[in-house]
Amino acid sequence: MDQPSASRINDFALKVATVNGTGSASANGLLLQALFRMGIPVSGKNVFPSNIQGLPTWYEIRVNKDGYTARSPEFQLIVAMNPESYARDIEEVVSGGWVIYDSSKELDDEFRRDDVTFIGLPLAQMCVEHFQGARARILMKNIMYVGALAALLEIDMDIVKGMLEEKFSHKKHLMDANYQAIDLGYNYVQEHYEHPLPIRLEKMDANRDKVMIHGNAAAALGCVYAGATVGAWYPITPSTSLMDGFTEYCKRFRVDPDTGKHNFCIIQAEDELAAAGMVIGASWMGARAFTPTSGPGISLMSEFIGLAYYAEVPSVFFDVQRTGPSTGMPTRTQQGDIMLCAYASHGDTKHIVLFPGDPRECFEFAVAAFDLTERFQTPVFVVSDLDIGMNDWVIPKLEWDDSYRPDRGKVLSAEQIEELERFYRYLDVDGDHIAARTLPGVHPKGSYFTRGSGHDKYGRYTEDSDAYMEVMDRLLEKVESAADHVPAPEVHRGEEASSIGIVSIGGCHWAVLEARDDLATRGIQVDYLRVRGFPFNQTVDDFLAEHDKVFVIEQNRDEQLRKLLLMETACSKETLYSVTYSGGQPLSKGHVLDGLAPYLEEALMGVGS
Amino acid sequence: MSYITKPVARHPKMPRNALGLTPRDYEGTMSTLCAGCGHDSVTAALIQAIFELDVEPHRLVKLSGIGCSSKTPTYFVRDAHGFNSVHGRMPSIAAGANAANRDLLYVGISGDGDSLSIGLGQFCHAIRRNVNMLYVLENNGVYGLTKGQFSASADIGSTSKAGVANRQGPIDPVNLALSLGATFVARSFSGDKAQLVPILKAGFRHNGFAFVDVISPCVTFNDHKGSTKSYAHTREHMHEVIETDFVPLRAEIKTSYAEGTARAVTMHDGSVVKLRKVDDTYDPTDRGAVLDYLGEVATRGEISTGLLYLEESGEDMHGFENTVDTPLVELPHETLCPGSSALAELQKEWV
Ligand SMILES: Cc1ncc(C[n+]2csc(CCOP(=O)(O)OP(=O)(O)O)c2C)c(N)n1
Ligand code: SF4
Ligand SMILES: [Mg+2]
Repeated sequence: MDQPSASRINDFALKVATVNGTGSASANGLLLQALFRMGIPVSGKNVFPSNIQGLPTWYEIRVNKDGYTARSPEFQLIVAMNPESYARDIEEVVSGGWVIYDSSKELDDEFRRDDVTFIGLPLAQMCVEHFQGARARILMKNIMYVGALAALLEIDMDIVKGMLEEKFSHKKHLMDANYQAIDLGYNYVQEHYEHPLPIRLEKMDANRDKVMIHGNAAAALGCVYAGATVGAWYPITPSTSLMDGFTEYCKRFRVDPDTGKHNFCIIQAEDELAAAGMVIGASWMGARAFTPTSGPGISLMSEFIGLAYYAEVPSVFFDVQRTGPSTGMPTRTQQGDIMLCAYASHGDTKHIVLFPGDPRECFEFAVAAFDLTERFQTPVFVVSDLDIGMNDWVIPKLEWDDSYRPDRGKVLSAEQIEELERFYRYLDVDGDHIAARTLPGVHPKGSYFTRGSGHDKYGRYTEDSDAYMEVMDRLLEKVESAADHVPAPEVHRGEEASSIGIVSIGGCHWAVLEARDDLATRGIQVDYLRVRGFPFNQTVDDFLAEHDKVFVIEQNRDEQLRKLLLMETACSKETLYSVTYSGGQPLSKGHVLDGLAPYLEEALMGVGS
Repeated sequence: MSYITKPVARHPKMPRNALGLTPRDYEGTMSTLCAGCGHDSVTAALIQAIFELDVEPHRLVKLSGIGCSSKTPTYFVRDAHGFNSVHGRMPSIAAGANAANRDLLYVGISGDGDSLSIGLGQFCHAIRRNVNMLYVLENNGVYGLTKGQFSASADIGSTSKAGVANRQGPIDPVNLALSLGATFVARSFSGDKAQLVPILKAGFRHNGFAFVDVISPCVTFNDHKGSTKSYAHTREHMHEVIETDFVPLRAEIKTSYAEGTARAVTMHDGSVVKLRKVDDTYDPTDRGAVLDYLGEVATRGEISTGLLYLEESGEDMHGFENTVDTPLVELPHETLCPGSSALAELQKEWV
């Protein structure tokens, strides 16, 4: 066990335990932002229940001067604001750590531990003394613990107050109350406790040119920048904030200044089937259209996904994964839809899938998804997860190249159609497996009949085996040819060649990087490849072939990425080992090391957690 | 861009519309439906209506779900863009397509299985959304394409070919559409082209979701004695509540009607729909009264037909969404992409 009593500057994790619906989210956001502004590498993970009010909820913050911001399951400090979850919260703090609790009500002896320090703050009592009204008292309690933490951890109070000022500059009475609450918490610690604690903060300069944002907002912005005009959706955690973001940015950037009318159309559909249909209808018409959803939505959309695949209609699907199957644990993360998205729908299908690893890639891959879907005229999935989508991440500033022009693929203009003798929708005239399409309303000669039923390369209905297979074979080649166009994998190699490799995906990345560095300090070099797109490109095949042992690290029970690699590369079963975690929390270094331990036993003696 | 294609066959006696096209130019491929199927008559009525409305073929969008009825978009206007989608989900394709390009003319063809069972939800929500389109439900009381099972529009007591009586209550799409706030609700019969054509034309010109329930008998599975969706039964029990004349924009209104029996409604584009009440107590603009009246007629075992309800002042989906007048597909990238300086500015809020 760690001994946090030794001073740990900018290297610890804390957890705030509160009750859902009591406004703690904004206090926790304030905390995270203050640390970010202090220039310290930081991450925040919101662990929330599927509930609107009343159930326990947690917010975890990790600061790490070396920049490791994957989830840490070890907490040096707990802010225990929810008596309902005292038992479990207090148990979670590491030996030698600290527990902050509301001492307005005495703490039951059963919760006491000898090996941690209890810091009681009479928060409720101070609230009653200083604030009027039930709601204000609840809200200000949250701000008070931020003040107390500021004293205990040495958070820069100027930064905190500056943020309150930005936030409440138009609501003076709220600003005053917040100031007062911050000071109450801060001063109480000053007067009653030794401070700062050995775990504390110090300003750094690690966040220059960085921003803090969640993946769903970044993805939404990517849709705006890519020129998407139609968004259809049905609310589902954890994807809802993607459409919220799209709405917000559209209102900001897409309202016609002269008329006040919208250069976009957002439709809240009756269900995910309808949302998928709307995306297909709009894309067929030539708009860039998308739908954000999560696993249950993809299940419902499956029939339509097959239609888009077979009729070759562009369509972009964001799957912000949550823990399945069925409703599963809707507010926990997972990577359980890898297989689902790769082959969604009945019959022979195979799709282009992009796997962002952080919000920056959510932005970039959103743009790439629209280019790919139009170029290859097939559904494209951007598969992130709850952790990437909903949690705030510190990422390098987003960049935009103003010379970007949408890749519309082979869309014939009226002039091009005019030139044609006759237009055949599914005829591959130049051998790249992609047939030109026309848009409705453009030219009479461009009209054709789109159908999900059997068709030949001329677009005619068919029940003829050869004619059917000819089209289907082309579709396979078409989607496979996208392997060279999806984002290439990210590869990390040591200075010397290693026979051991790790392959992972999406948000596993950060825990894997940390674990890999950890192994390196123990003399174990492992190479690492992060898959970012499907179909896999040659780099993935080569990487697998170059290593004797490859560990596939992913967040699901069924080794979905490993199985996909086995099916879609030449790699043998014997080479690919599996490390899975499917419990719903973001991956941490410990998961990786524990998973590797049995295989690297000798080399790893003493490592793990 | 406007294109007038050369008519396919120039029979000298063929009528021509304002674009110089003949009805033949509005035909599609040969129907593969059973001889005598009501759906083919609906197709014929659609061809006539579209021809008479001088529609540029490539500006028409034909959409459908799955079923015998949903196959028919291939049988009319070959130069229009068509989309035969999946079972019961055509309304969502229509909503998306219309969202992207509001300037085209949309017609959706569906069946009673397609709209009232698997697609009931989408049907209802397209009405609520008021997607600007003509929606034709070719209603035969059975699933034709899967060989004759009862559909949700089958009446209680109506028998199958094997003599089994349906016992579950029907969903009446006209009632449903009215109660959901549809702004254009009509019922007609595939065997009454004179009634159907003006209704279809008015439906095309309606600003919003124009719903037309067409009793369209399935000769193979539901045209026997004992069926309430047969030709004979429909002919015998049809009760025309209102007659419809469609007067296109700029045409002179020649016929004169007796005071109080006719009502003229000006459509979005300026054309006029004349509604002649057969029963002068009937008010096609009073939703509650229409529902009551139809209920009464139904209890007598009769089938009300005509353009039963019309409200031309409502907002369609684009009105609700406040979308620009220019079709979204025509907006240039420069208008849509905020650019790098806006991105830099926005990100100042992310620190
Ligand atoms: C998801 C799905 N389930 C079932 C079917 C099979 N199916 C095809 S058409 C049809 C019923 C069509 O009935 P209706 O809409 O009334 O059309 P009709 O053939 O009577 O014109 C069914 C059940 C299908 N195509 N798709
Ligand atoms: S089965 Fe019935 S609905 Fe289908 S084509 Fe034949 S007659 Fe028409
Ligand atoms: Mg039917």
